[in-house]
Amino acid sequence: MAVLVVADNDNAHLRDTTHKTVTAALALSKDVDILVLGQGADAVAASAAKIEGVRKVILAESADVGHGVAEAISDTIVGLAGGYDAILVPATASGKNFAPRVAAKLDASPISDVIEVVSNDTFVRPIYAGNALETVQTSDATKVLTVRPTAFKAAGEGGSASVEKVAGASASKTRFKSEEMVKSDRPELTAAKIVVSGGRAMGSAEEFQRVIEPLADKLGAAVGASRAAVDAGYAPNDYQVGQTGKVVAPALYIAIGISGAIQHLAGMKDSKVIVAINKDADAPIFQVADYGLVGDYKTVVPELMTALG
Amino acid sequence: MKVLVPVKRVIDANVKARVKTDQSGVDLANVKMAMNPFCEIAVEEAVRLKEKGVATEVVIVSIGPAQAQETIRTALAMGGDRGILIQSDSDVEPLGVAKLLAAVVAEEKPELVLMGKQAIDGDNNAVGQMLSQLLDWPQATFASKVEIAGGVATVTREVDGGMQTIEVDLPAVVTADLRLNEPRYASLPNIMKAKKKEIATKATSDYGVDVSPRLKVLKVTEPAKRSAGVKVENAAELVAKLKTEAGVL
Repeated sequence: MAVLVVADNDNAHLRDTTHKTVTAALALSKDVDILVLGQGADAVAASAAKIEGVRKVILAESADVGHGVAEAISDTIVGLAGGYDAILVPATASGKNFAPRVAAKLDASPISDVIEVVSNDTFVRPIYAGNALETVQTSDATKVLTVRPTAFKAAGEGGSASVEKVAGASASKTRFKSEEMVKSDRPELTAAKIVVSGGRAMGSAEEFQRVIEPLADKLGAAVGASRAAVDAGYAPNDYQVGQTGKVVAPALYIAIGISGAIQHLAGMKDSKVIVAINKDADAPIFQVADYGLVGDYKTVVPELMTALG
Repeated sequence: MKVLVPVKRVIDANVKARVKTDQSGVDLANVKMAMNPFCEIAVEEAVRLKEKGVATEVVIVSIGPAQAQETIRTALAMGGDRGILIQSDSDVEPLGVAKLLAAVVAEEKPELVLMGKQAIDGDNNAVGQMLSQLLDWPQATFASKVEIAGGVATVTREVDGGMQTIEVDLPAVVTADLRLNEPRYASLPNIMKAKKKEIATKATSDYGVDVSPRLKVLKVTEPAKRSAGVKVENAAELVAKLKTEAGVL
């Protein structure tokens, strides 16, 4: 069987979620191709061609796929699907936006957020905010999966696949207008080695920035937030860690003023080391924390800054 | 403009799901159930569109057991006009749900389907996108702002790394993200009024679509448990432990 991996990219850079999805794909087949969707994305295709174990890279370009328009992306993928038994997409906001469309067009039942490949047709995925793991077997001719990148190791570099160009589709009823990206010099949340997250205890956006961001910068960490903090407007949605936000698994996760609701734990409980700082000694976050510090963040965080030197 | 809002009855967001000992699924007996939180946001947005005079009718549809009628009543108490319950005692996969909803759309002819981005039980995040594909309507998922004028929906979407604004021609499918709005609590008079609103009960077989499952659930297991670690006294001790014991600094 042959597998198509859809690359995660921003037209200029290939994200390592792609390398992780390739690892999942290689567990299914030796014949793995990568599809890069973008506009002016030659550099992305060149990076994808270097991933070890990749047979071929297909670069599909159009203005609409470059803007991430789901209708154009899914039409492009469906046009290529005939040559593949499975289509694997990184489970990012972008991937989740188009993968189900591809499945619907192919009359397949999509399998979301795969964390383990058991066999050619059997996969494990979390349900109920990760409080249960479901092992499912599919009978679909073409399998459409989104793959949770944090559950797989990144495939190595050293390949030299060929790059083939095809035309990307366009969309007639959807028009891209504008985008507003959060500018940051910090590492990307899902790829960071250290994540510092703040919760509702911060009380305001100003306080969130004053407390969480300097600590993150001192540690070279990415900034995360609980859903409660995002909901209250203290942090942008893009920072949200949890069942309905991003899933992270860094070497060190520091939760500050986060109680540890079920939905937040779903997004960070696979971190290697978890630190919780909370003034409520009974907060559920302490049940998953390797190191717990009971105290008010207002005094603890400045002390932490000092202790870090 | 008619708006169709699909809603799902799920385990209450504050209740921790427990896996059955025979690994056949999650134990939902005697567990508090509620409307999926993202569906609530979709209902709220539809009701606001009606209050603004943009929508003329808000139709609520749910696929699920007889008790899903309570979920529809909740949506009607928030301001929905009438409901459709497609009764099914077995779980319908996202593909089947999308096919059923496509059939409902063919009957009801709404100009907008407004729904939650994800249900918190299956965590698939798939039905809206699949419905859009089946109908060949444009989609605007993960919406944090929706404006409707002149047959076009302008939607601000939550994307990787920030926000994106797109325009989609109506009819369209829009899925709601967290920050779209804060759903209201239904008032007592509205709860009473909702009891008189019409709910049509249908069977999945009424729609002539194949909803048989494609996926076989082999088992449902509990994830590896994380055990609580140690408490440290102060920041200095924490940093010392992270450096020497955990080796992550």
